[in-house]
Amino acid sequence: MLSHADALAVALTVELAGLTTGLLLAIGTPIAWWLSNARTRWRAPVAALLSLPLVLPPTVLGFYLLILLGPHGPLGAATQALGLGVLPFTFGGLVVGSTLYSLPYVLQPLKNTFDGIGRTPFELAATLGAGPAARFFTVALPLARPGIVVAAVLGFAHTVGEFGVVLMIGGNIPGKTRVVSVALYDHVEALEYADAHRLAGGLLVFSFLVLLAIHSSRAAPKPI
Amino acid sequence: MPPRSLSDEDLRIRAPGGATGVRFRLRGGRGSFAIDVDLDVPRAGITALFGPSGAGKSTCLRMVSGLDRGRGEVHVLGECWQDDARGVFVPVHRRGVGFVFQDHPLFRHLSVGGNLAYGRRRAAARGRIDPDQVIDRFGVTPLLDRRPDELSGGERQRVAMAQALLAQPRLLLMDEPLAALDARRKAEILPYLERLRDDLSIPVVYVSHVMEEVARLADHIVLLDAGRVVASGAIRDVLARLDLPIADGDEGGVLVDGIVQEHDEPNGLSGLAIEGGTLWVGRVDRPLGARVRVRALARDVSLALAEPGRSTILNVLRARVVEVRDLGADRVNVRLALGDAGPPLIARITRRSLVLLDLRPGVRVYAQMKSAALVL
Repeated sequence: MLSHADALAVALTVELAGLTTGLLLAIGTPIAWWLSNARTRWRAPVAALLSLPLVLPPTVLGFYLLILLGPHGPLGAATQALGLGVLPFTFGGLVVGSTLYSLPYVLQPLKNTFDGIGRTPFELAATLGAGPAARFFTVALPLARPGIVVAAVLGFAHTVGEFGVVLMIGGNIPGKTRVVSVALYDHVEALEYADAHRLAGGLLVFSFLVLLAIHSSRAAPKPI
Repeated sequence: MPPRSLSDEDLRIRAPGGATGVRFRLRGGRGSFAIDVDLDVPRAGITALFGPSGAGKSTCLRMVSGLDRGRGEVHVLGECWQDDARGVFVPVHRRGVGFVFQDHPLFRHLSVGGNLAYGRRRAAARGRIDPDQVIDRFGVTPLLDRRPDELSGGERQRVAMAQALLAQPRLLLMDEPLAALDARRKAEILPYLERLRDDLSIPVVYVSHVMEEVARLADHIVLLDAGRVVASGAIRDVLARLDLPIADGDEGGVLVDGIVQEHDEPNGLSGLAIEGGTLWVGRVDRPLGARVRVRALARDVSLALAEPGRSTILNVLRARVVEVRDLGADRVNVRLALGDAGPPLIARITRRSLVLLDLRPGVRVYAQMKSAALVL
């Protein structure tokens, strides 16, 4: 069975992934909606910026976050002024880092879903008296539900699996920032292969099950 | 000046000239979809926007609704919806415009009842349209719990029309509402549209490229071609003009109003009283004295100088030649006045017949029509 320290890491990972997923949906949905509908020249630059985590080494993102959120960084000054303290090497810092890092994995399915709905349902809603906000809540969200589920699952799974950003911005503090991927790294470093196997095998099975769920739901789309 | 949203107070601005019908002057679109129209639509009845595919009918309709952006102005029943000169553009959701789309979309995440309630709960508390009558007229009550993907094409269209009307629109726009339906579904929907025409107190603009539908439903017609208005007016007057391209084709012909005079049950015919005589048509399921509209195609009308004797053609009407127009090739259109100076009729004859019979304005003739071709 898992040691107490590893169980702590698993619990922390689940908490981090859950919180991050909630944040991702809350900010990702309106952004994806905007990306799908905006007709300004700002659309492409914003889309490119938000996709950076797809191609950057996580350590690069983690490094810049460390600088920006640190006690002398502009964002660090802001969080201190707001009474949140300095975020690096805290659980809050992990949440910020993983939200940014997983954002493109949530934006992509959401934007595809919104694109797929087409203009007609929104035109119909407008002629029936629904304003922009009403169209978002009564048409876009319900029609996008399958995409939102996929986005949430991907966001959760991707956060569980991240390593580089976590290590850069969170470090390795048991019970605070030591998540499963970092704990696994520690076990390997210490040549504790039995413990490493338990964590790595668990992540492998978890990831496979997540992808299986997504692919099964795509193979047999149910009428909404 | 940038467009701005309007308060309810602004919406009460009277249209220029005190016009209380629907007036739009719009330019816009690109390439083959460019339009440039200036139209007055009467405040009651169905006005058809008629023309070939690509004439700009749908573009025009979408610009009036505000779904697409044209340049110019739109005034509806005393309200200003768009006036670029004053920087006014009311967003679609505040216009009170009903739009029936060609592919009759419904919200697939809602039941039929949910679809109908969507616009109804956003509608002005009191409107010109009686919701119970709409639900009854379109026969949607048995469908309320169904999902949109469980409906037939005809059912979807009925729900879509009821949905649009329950939002209490001040103007109803219909974009080829029958185009996506097969002939049987069309026949199923047309009576609903006819009742709509007879009940509604709001103006309706109906886009179609099918003359049969237009002849049956419309009170007014606007002919569009290449984004411009070719002619507009009461449908009877426009269809009787020989100078318009629609008079030349197979569909050329006029509308004749008749009153049901007698039913010949054994032979499956009904006799309609019209100026110049009795018109026999296939059995019309209407009571004696009812007014019916009949479409008389020019190619089904032939002319004789003397009253024909025994003939298989039942309909022989007295008429007088009013106008002759050469169509090129070997054919001419002849416009007649039924009786002496009654409603118009158009006959398509060969130029050889014209010369042989020496037909010219003022000549009295007998017009013969096949009965089978007359039923609308």
